[in-house]
Amino acid sequence: MSRDEINILIGGEAGQGLATVGQGLATVLVRTGYHLVVTQDYQSRIRGGHNTFALRASVKPIQAPREGVDLLVALNQETLTLHEKELNPGAGVVADAGLTCGLAPCYNVPYAQLSGPRYLNTVALGVSSSLLGLDREAVADGLAKFLGKLSPEMAAKNQEALAAAYAHAAANPAPFTPLAPPAAAADRLLMTGNEAIALGALAAGLKLLAFYPMTPATSVALTVIAHAREMGVVTEQAEDEISAINMALGAAYAGAPALVPTSGGGFALMVEGISLAGMTETPVVIVLAQRPGPATGLPTRTEQGDLEFALHAGHGEFPRALLAPGSVEDCFHLAYHAMHLAEKHQSPVILLTDQFLADSYRAVAPFDLSGLAPVKAGGAEAGGAEAGGDYERYAITSKGISPRALPGLGRALVVSDSDEHTADGHITEDLSARAAMVDKRLRKLAGLTAEVLAPIWEGPEEAGTILVGWGSTRGAVSEAAGALRAQGRSVAACHFRQPWPLRPDQFLSRLARAGQVVMVEGNATGQMARLIRSETGLHISRQVLRYDGLPITPEFILRALGA
Amino acid sequence: MASLEDYGEFETAWCPGCGNFSIIKALKQALVKSGLAPHQVLLVSGIGQAAKMPHYLRCNCFNGLHGRALPAATGARLANPELKIIVESGDGCSYGEGGNHFLAGLRRNIDVTMLVHDNQVYGLTKGQASPTSGEGFVTKAQPQGAYSKPFNPLAAAVGQRISFVARGFAAEADHLAGLIAEALTVRGLALIDILQPCVSFNKVNTFAWYKERVYHIDPAHDASDWQAAMKLAQEFGERIPLGVFWRGGRMAFSDHFPVLQAGPLARQGTDYAALNEIMRKFV
Ligand SMILES: Cc1ncc(C[n+]2csc(CCOP(=O)(O)OP(=O)(O)O)c2C)c(N)n1
Ligand code: SF4
Ligand SMILES: [Mg+2]
Repeated sequence: MSRDEINILIGGEAGQGLATVGQGLATVLVRTGYHLVVTQDYQSRIRGGHNTFALRASVKPIQAPREGVDLLVALNQETLTLHEKELNPGAGVVADAGLTCGLAPCYNVPYAQLSGPRYLNTVALGVSSSLLGLDREAVADGLAKFLGKLSPEMAAKNQEALAAAYAHAAANPAPFTPLAPPAAAADRLLMTGNEAIALGALAAGLKLLAFYPMTPATSVALTVIAHAREMGVVTEQAEDEISAINMALGAAYAGAPALVPTSGGGFALMVEGISLAGMTETPVVIVLAQRPGPATGLPTRTEQGDLEFALHAGHGEFPRALLAPGSVEDCFHLAYHAMHLAEKHQSPVILLTDQFLADSYRAVAPFDLSGLAPVKAGGAEAGGAEAGGDYERYAITSKGISPRALPGLGRALVVSDSDEHTADGHITEDLSARAAMVDKRLRKLAGLTAEVLAPIWEGPEEAGTILVGWGSTRGAVSEAAGALRAQGRSVAACHFRQPWPLRPDQFLSRLARAGQVVMVEGNATGQMARLIRSETGLHISRQVLRYDGLPITPEFILRALGA
Repeated sequence: MASLEDYGEFETAWCPGCGNFSIIKALKQALVKSGLAPHQVLLVSGIGQAAKMPHYLRCNCFNGLHGRALPAATGARLANPELKIIVESGDGCSYGEGGNHFLAGLRRNIDVTMLVHDNQVYGLTKGQASPTSGEGFVTKAQPQGAYSKPFNPLAAAVGQRISFVARGFAAEADHLAGLIAEALTVRGLALIDILQPCVSFNKVNTFAWYKERVYHIDPAHDASDWQAAMKLAQEFGERIPLGVFWRGGRMAFSDHFPVLQAGPLARQGTDYAALNEIMRKFV
């Protein structure tokens, strides 16, 4: 007997190293060939505070986290107390010999007898892997890979602890249904949304990253920094987010494709800079990894509360694009796309993600890098060698996009100005020139609109119900719709991966034809629903909203729908 | 060789008699003396009267936000190691709104030339106290006189041992041109605080007021003597020293990035084989 799918929850105090158990297990599962979705729930403390690392593994493709626990790995008593009620029928619990599990089917392991105190994590990993039915060799291999370079002595100690865990499990069999073997050991990578964003930006020829640390955006920067030397990227931790975006704009003006990752508070500080990008028509990509606000909010939890803020951030009127990836793969592709879009339309592009997706590890097929090309700053005119002294940075054009020369790379003099300016970039108070420049800048919106990524649809064309979502909720919405279809209901899913600009021709008639439309969003006021209404008049009154800091799950949606 | 004519002559929005006129003259002289052509030079400014300067000569220009010239210049520097970058702004923009960036710039020793038109007042917004206004400086916004102690940018800069610290005076354009020309040769941050009388809104620190007080630093001053430089930097009041206070030997910030040795980032490609290897490590 075996199961196709399992939900594992590892819980403990910050500082107990539960991420080590979790990431180790994730590595092993992915290397063995399972599909995986990881949700990390942690409190904003380095030590203390209850943290969990949830892994959903399956032999079939999966897209979202699930509720309910099949295997609870408790590193402390609190985990047992807090999560006992989430156990599914047939669940198992792995806990230190000293912990009490109440009614749960507890598998007590004498950690201290099996290894030294530094290797408890490895024992917990070993026992869990053995219960899952994972091959010890594969686990040993995965552990070595995960732990990376260790002293030979440490590596040996870890492998000993693993062997002891397997031996203990063999000598004390537990009544636990193991995972079915994976369909085939596929070529898969394990990475988070933020790591995929970093790779996508690098694939687009990112050359300068400036940031100020802020959860949950920091790991975008750290991933780029870890590979900056190999990839020829200049990175700098700025003194604040205001500096970060202005550095990025200075660099982009000079021809370096630039990225600034941040979260809501930092994004708030960047707002004037976004406006500057709009006025100077300087390409820049801002990753806005959302967390619950207002103000400091819940620093380590998730929310989709900054859609309207991202859409309107910046005084004055100027075009922009908002992208919102729905999966780790999409993080890669949309980061790549965002960099190109920013350059092509000489505009700010904001990539909206959130803590859930930022920190969520998934098994992904390696990205196909063939056919990708780096952003070419300044396009064909790079350098403006021919332009000489008569070059006009803001030449009025029918599409609003002016040929962009780069300073110092040719003889063109490139004059960029935050004041209203004439075509040559110089400050002006000529009010007709002003109106012409506003029109020119706004004409770029048509170009951006022509390139809008269409919503992704699943399910019947003529649906009784359409569940609509955007950004990180894609998996949960898709699985909830799938579950309803499995009950015989006519339910489709519609996922917006580009919330702005909107193109009603891509969705309006299909939504309008549906029996009912339900908006699913990770905020309290239905911001995307409001945006759709203001752009199309379509009023989506039925909304499933979550704003308690936790990710939207398929179960959450189904409960809200009473299904 | 570039000439003064190459840098052009433009109508300005400055008040007649403003100290900015001789600063622009000195800057053009220094650029010509340095053999720089307009397309090799990037002027980055913030917002204020001083910050309009890049519009009044021919060169590359990024006229950004109030207070944010230095970060933009830092970004441009890190994108293109070959440009001559000059940051040009007022005392309010550079030391007030941009104060945090100034401190960070000093710490980085970012390799740009920073010219601060220090009129000890906010000119563009019609005369409020600035970070360098004297204590008791009366304005409509500070009717009881400024309460805060003025910021001492030169001491801060010497304190961080940036590459070059000097003070010029708008009424001494030739001397100032010499300082700017030297600053343009420096690797690392070169700061020149320029006494720039604002004839409209600063009736205290006038041309006459400065003239009575300024003196040239003794040629015997050893600009590599940090203690001596720090001592000189404390002097502002009855006597105001002009000239080079400090020459330091700190590494220029952009020299930390080996990739910049290969020239402007815009000319560099993307190594997809390396990226593929990096991606393959995510298992
Ligand atoms: C964010 C922001 N705040 C305020 C202003 C208004 N403002 C423009 S210039 C200036 C002060 C100018 O003083 P200074 O930098 O000393 O330049 P000066 O005009 O004296 O040359 C202020 C407050 C602005 N443009 N932007
Ligand atoms: S207000 Fe002062 S600083 Fe501005 S132009 Fe007039 S004199 Fe010069
Ligand atoms: Mg001033």
